[in-house]
Amino acid sequence: MKRKTLGFVSMALLMSLVTACGNSGGNPTANGSEAASSSGGAAGTVIKIATQSPLSGSSSIQGEAIRLGAQMALEDRAKEFKDLGFSLELVPYDDQGDAKKGVANSEMIGADQAVLGVIGHLNSGVSIPSSVVYEKYNIPMISPASTATEFTDRKLKVANRVVARDDFQGPAGAQYAVNELGAKNIFVIQDKTAYGQGLAEAFRDEAQKLGATIAGYEAITVGEKDFNGVLNIALSKKPDFIFFGGLYAEGGLLVKQAREKGITAPFMGGDALDSSGMVEIAGDSVKDSLYSSVATDITKSAEGKKWADRYKEKFSKNAEGYSVYAYDSMSVMLNAVKSAIDANGGKLPAREAVRDAVRATKDFKGVATEVSFDDIGDNVYAKVFIYKFETAAYPGSLVSEVSKQK
Amino acid sequence: MSAFKTALQRNKWLQLGLLAAFVLVSAASVYLTDRSVIAFILLLGSLLLLYYTTLTNGVKWAIAGLLLVLIIPFATGGGPSHESYMEVATQCGIYVAMALGLNIVVGFAGLLDLGFVAFFAIGAYTYGIFATGQANNFIPGDLFPLSGNYFWLFIVLGGLMAALFGVLLGLPVLRVKGDYLAIVTLGFGEIVRIIFNNLEKPVNITNGAMGLSSISPPNLFGLQFTFPHQFYFIVLGILFVVIFGVRRFEHSRIGRSWKAVRENEIAAQSMGIPLIRTKLTAFAIGASFSGLMGVVFAAKQTFIDPSSFTLLESTTILVMVVLGGMGSVPGVILGAVLVTLLNLQVLTEFTGWLNQLSMQGIISLPNALSPVKMQRFIFGAILILIAIFRPHGLISAKNRKIPLSQVKEGEANEHPEGTRIGQKVRRVNGG
Amino acid sequence: MLASILGSLPQVLIDGLALGAIYAVVALGYTMVYGILELINFAHGEVFMTGAFVGTATLFIFDDAGFLSSAPGWIVYFIVILISMIVTGLLGVLIERIAYRPLRRAPKLISLISAIGVSFVLQDLIRFIAELITGNYIVSGISLFNGSFQLGTSSLTSSFSDAFVKNNTFIILGVAILLMLGLDLFVNRTKWGVAMRAVAQDRETASLMSINVNKVIVLTFFIGSALGGATGVLFAQQYGTIDPYIGYILGLKAFTAAVLGGIGNIRGAMFGGLAIGLLEMFASANLGLITNGSFGSEYKDVFAFAILILVLIFKPEGLFGRAVKEKV
Repeated sequence: MKRKTLGFVSMALLMSLVTACGNSGGNPTANGSEAASSSGGAAGTVIKIATQSPLSGSSSIQGEAIRLGAQMALEDRAKEFKDLGFSLELVPYDDQGDAKKGVANSEMIGADQAVLGVIGHLNSGVSIPSSVVYEKYNIPMISPASTATEFTDRKLKVANRVVARDDFQGPAGAQYAVNELGAKNIFVIQDKTAYGQGLAEAFRDEAQKLGATIAGYEAITVGEKDFNGVLNIALSKKPDFIFFGGLYAEGGLLVKQAREKGITAPFMGGDALDSSGMVEIAGDSVKDSLYSSVATDITKSAEGKKWADRYKEKFSKNAEGYSVYAYDSMSVMLNAVKSAIDANGGKLPAREAVRDAVRATKDFKGVATEVSFDDIGDNVYAKVFIYKFETAAYPGSLVSEVSKQK
Repeated sequence: MSAFKTALQRNKWLQLGLLAAFVLVSAASVYLTDRSVIAFILLLGSLLLLYYTTLTNGVKWAIAGLLLVLIIPFATGGGPSHESYMEVATQCGIYVAMALGLNIVVGFAGLLDLGFVAFFAIGAYTYGIFATGQANNFIPGDLFPLSGNYFWLFIVLGGLMAALFGVLLGLPVLRVKGDYLAIVTLGFGEIVRIIFNNLEKPVNITNGAMGLSSISPPNLFGLQFTFPHQFYFIVLGILFVVIFGVRRFEHSRIGRSWKAVRENEIAAQSMGIPLIRTKLTAFAIGASFSGLMGVVFAAKQTFIDPSSFTLLESTTILVMVVLGGMGSVPGVILGAVLVTLLNLQVLTEFTGWLNQLSMQGIISLPNALSPVKMQRFIFGAILILIAIFRPHGLISAKNRKIPLSQVKEGEANEHPEGTRIGQKVRRVNGG
Repeated sequence: MLASILGSLPQVLIDGLALGAIYAVVALGYTMVYGILELINFAHGEVFMTGAFVGTATLFIFDDAGFLSSAPGWIVYFIVILISMIVTGLLGVLIERIAYRPLRRAPKLISLISAIGVSFVLQDLIRFIAELITGNYIVSGISLFNGSFQLGTSSLTSSFSDAFVKNNTFIILGVAILLMLGLDLFVNRTKWGVAMRAVAQDRETASLMSINVNKVIVLTFFIGSALGGATGVLFAQQYGTIDPYIGYILGLKAFTAAVLGGIGNIRGAMFGGLAIGLLEMFASANLGLITNGSFGSEYKDVFAFAILILVLIFKPEGLFGRAVKEKV
């Protein structure tokens, strides 16, 4: 009994103490936004754009690239919005590549009335469930990376992406492999993730349609380091082409171990291999490997080169494939916000208005891609690019470019 | 100070007053601030405060009900963050039920289960497969997806399904003991996840790694449940049943058998406790709690895939049980809420805040140090520290003590054993 | 079907042996600690992982100092393994001191929980350090012996294909055999080895025979962890890329190996490791063939865990262990 009471008293004291602090200190971001919005008028009304991408976990390189790309676009446009009387703010969230975390974050984003849009996510497996939450709150999202067909096929009002779909990327790779390289006996490996499987299946089906045979369709486990088992199957099947649907951590090891086994068939993967990590892991073995990507090599154009230099200067990191797509996504988002502001007579627009303005985007010219959304949020200008690692250096060089065949 | 303490101890009205004042302050601060994690945690803390009062059990339950059903939903409804608070509260509820389930296995029966999330996955997939078109792949007739009206039925079915698998796992596994059991259950958890991840061929049952999307949300007389504040009440309802069930089990014959088995298997056996049956019921009941919530989880997310059911998840639930106190129901509830809040709110908000600071250039923090990434470290540290310094957890389990006189009285009154003593004791314990 | 199984057999055997040797040495760490403390050292997989990181970091440091180009590869290899063994050995002792010793008299459940905690903390610590230094927790190291050559197995029978062997595979096998022989000699022929076995038999009696039980336990942890650390270096050299999460599942499989061979039994662990490695490699190369594509190599882990469960249920003493009567 005595201890109980002691506990009770100390709890009560402690808690009232913390309450006092909590009320005055509170949450800096929340209080800040409240103060800003309650001050009314146009002067300095906060508009927040959130990013959601894996800032930790195995895809954190790409996730970080998305965040930084978006941040750069936001900061570039900050002045323009300041003149309109709004201050822009970026709220980066870490979805850890985990659907549960992504959904929980989405609820928080939905609750924050100052957030008018989301740039993200990287993984389709997170984008899909999270978009349901955004739909509830009418927050438009633009994904710079999610390629699964399911993402836009559910015809949500909020889900948009600037990149190509898996049923475009996979077949584009297959066409290149079969038509250009003359692959006839293809071995397909996937990593049993939503992304890898979707891509590998799209590739396999198209390759079969084009008349190639599938020598094998095998799966590996994410996080493993020893892929000799699967490669031994490949060895006995003697394929003339290997396709891998999966992430760079496994892709790099696969190509390395394949070469050590004397498998010389060309190796190809999807946009997840579009990372400097691929070269780091595979080393010299990466030479002559191919990857399809939904991201262009921006250093090809003068404007893109300038952008990449600016990025490097700002963050002292090389731009990854997704950085520039995040940049363009953010630009599209901010354009939509701006047009919604204009339509609302210079006042803070409703989320619905921004959502519809995003979907209405037509012929926006970004650094990497032009953007026009169709009625389900796919970018009609999305292209697929085929790259080849001529040397063991990232990025590879562009060897082919496929436009939307719809 | 000590005078105040004794006064407090004696005077229930004083306690009640203090509690009311605390609830008022914290509720008001939640209501008024836009999104304050601290205020919200304090509001939930009032439940803990309630636990420490010396009020009778009935009153405690009534106040807790009032807090959960009325005050918390109302207080969080003040600002635009209503849904965000409710989402957190809902997830807390889901984890509390799972932790209570694991507590039966680990805390009461002393069987360390490291693959507990498998049962959660089984519940989630039970609903997910039938509430999407997935089941059409192996059941002819194009009957699916089932509408959200079936959700209520599936809560029960999910629980039963998980219980069934609990027994199936238990039957062979119970021949192994102690830390071997831990390893085997760990392997079992992985096996379940790998199978769910790959069962799209030869027959497509789980849709493999692509997961199941567009799961029908629950529907009650035409009312669609999609928002967290709606799920909050579903979870609350289930939680009420679960907690009531756990309390009943704990002090029933089977509950006492569990504890006896935990303390000494051989001694328990020689006292006539059927070892296998006792352990199996622990597995089945613990698993069923997890299964129930799996169904709710699937309906709430509307999307499930195997990546939600990893080993880390099993360990998270174990951390909740160990932190709160193995075998202690209030402790486990506290542990589950604390860990969930830490995961969802504290770490996220803290990271957001640090990001804000580093973007403004006040501090520069390496990305590696970001607190959301420290989850494993924090959980690991909690496990070690609790194991060494507080093996009974934050609120340690109390075995009900029955004064000898009471027992004798019970015998003297010649009432059939058990029930009468139980009633009396409840009164004693409450006061 | 049979033809392609046979054809890939030499390659499967070689890859399986390399993997199995790694499992075997890691399994030794589990078996030694269990033999003495009857505790599954859950953190052992993480000690192995730490060894891989220490080895890789040492190589990077050597490379920076220009030591790599001036010294012959095998000397560097030797030094790296040695450093890694010392560091992980000390780490093992530290883990014992912090997380296990205070709990020696506590219920087993509690020490197991503490062990799981240690394993989590180590994973995150290493991730943190790796990420802080390289910016990414997936680290690709320097490979010392990168070459590989073709083994003319097809000349044995026509149904075999040629196998490709990495030079490092020989080093793995060689080092693993040396470590296992050394340990076997140490345990069976030295005074400390005898003390260790005495403590494993009966801690109480051993202490009465004026054996310093605490010292023996510390020594056991040191040796077991050092073995794990050495294997980590071998692993990092073989696959080139490591991350902080390699230890968990690998540890589980090594534990399976220890159980298969009979836990507490050093020679059994060696056998178990090789068996699990070969089985796993065979399963992942041939499951798809045998089941005609319905179950592919993605089920190989199910296979490994199923073995674990089956052995524990039907022959818990393992293939080489003695059945122990439970003390009341």
